[in-house]
Amino acid sequence: MNDTVGIVIVSHSKDIAKGTADMVRQMVGSEVRVAFCGGNPDGQLGTNVALIIDAINDAWSPKGVAVLVDLGGAETNSEMAVEMLPPDRRDLVVVCNAPIVEGAVMAATEAAGGSSLEQVRAVAEELSAG
Amino acid sequence: MSLQPDTLKSLVRAAAEQVIANAAELTALDQAIGDGDHGANMKRGFEAVLGKLDAIGAQSLDEALKTIGKTLVMTVGGASGPLYGSFFMAAGDALGRSKKLPDDLAEVFGSGVGAVSARGRSQPGEKTMLDVLVPVLETLKAEAGRPDLIERVRSTASEAVARTVPMQATKGRASYLGARSIGHVDPGARSSCVLLHAVCNTLEARQ
Repeated sequence: MNDTVGIVIVSHSKDIAKGTADMVRQMVGSEVRVAFCGGNPDGQLGTNVALIIDAINDAWSPKGVAVLVDLGGAETNSEMAVEMLPPDRRDLVVVCNAPIVEGAVMAATEAAGGSSLEQVRAVAEELSAG
Repeated sequence: MSLQPDTLKSLVRAAAEQVIANAAELTALDQAIGDGDHGANMKRGFEAVLGKLDAIGAQSLDEALKTIGKTLVMTVGGASGPLYGSFFMAAGDALGRSKKLPDDLAEVFGSGVGAVSARGRSQPGEKTMLDVLVPVLETLKAEAGRPDLIERVRSTASEAVARTVPMQATKGRASYLGARSIGHVDPGARSSCVLLHAVCNTLEARQ
């Protein structure tokens, strides 16, 4: 199997993150690595830097990882998680400015075709360009 | 200022205890214009800091600040974790790079403020914690060395919190409310004030 960009889904709600990952897997299949996380360190609504780092490592691909987030704190915590990765991984992870469900599906579809991280990000972010 | 370990510990303890004591108020402020978790998030983060108090007290000040920052990043669970975490980690970094207290206090504090601004891609006037941190930084720069510096920092922080009331939020969850964010104290500004007051009160009591 050729390497494809990995996808990470970060929501305040673990249910939304898991549901989004389920949709990606059903629509795109298993050739793209998808990881998800949601909930704060107490398991309530929120996000958790440690879980985001784990998810990025789970979805890791030499071609990089695209992260899809929902609301503000998920974005800030994801950016923090990226900065806490080892230096050789940091530049291979992007946090996409895209709606979480549509962005994850579009990014995974693009990734499945073997596209680069920048191409995957661009396709996801087209959704926000309106 | 080479902080004695017991001074460092009492500063951290006071800051954490004040955040925890004010958690309900912070949550109430956040329920008005945010998602209502600021108090609970800050409480969880500073409880984790309290749990590491002995280890923090045994560290040099720059390492202690970095430990506090990293602990907040990993435990707060909302955007305030990376924001406050970045403040403490950047301040610790600045101290580690040969900055000295008290001479470089404004510079060290400024490094933290700069990190918050970069992390939140935010500027003063957007109804955030920066609306307290930046005025306090200005006071530290302008009033350095004055005998009443602590009192001036405390009053700057209180006045700055009050000035967030008429502001309209353009960053964070509160920005979704548009003009409806006007008329409320910003929760992040308030938590910054709580922390600064705790530090001021502790330092003053030890003078």
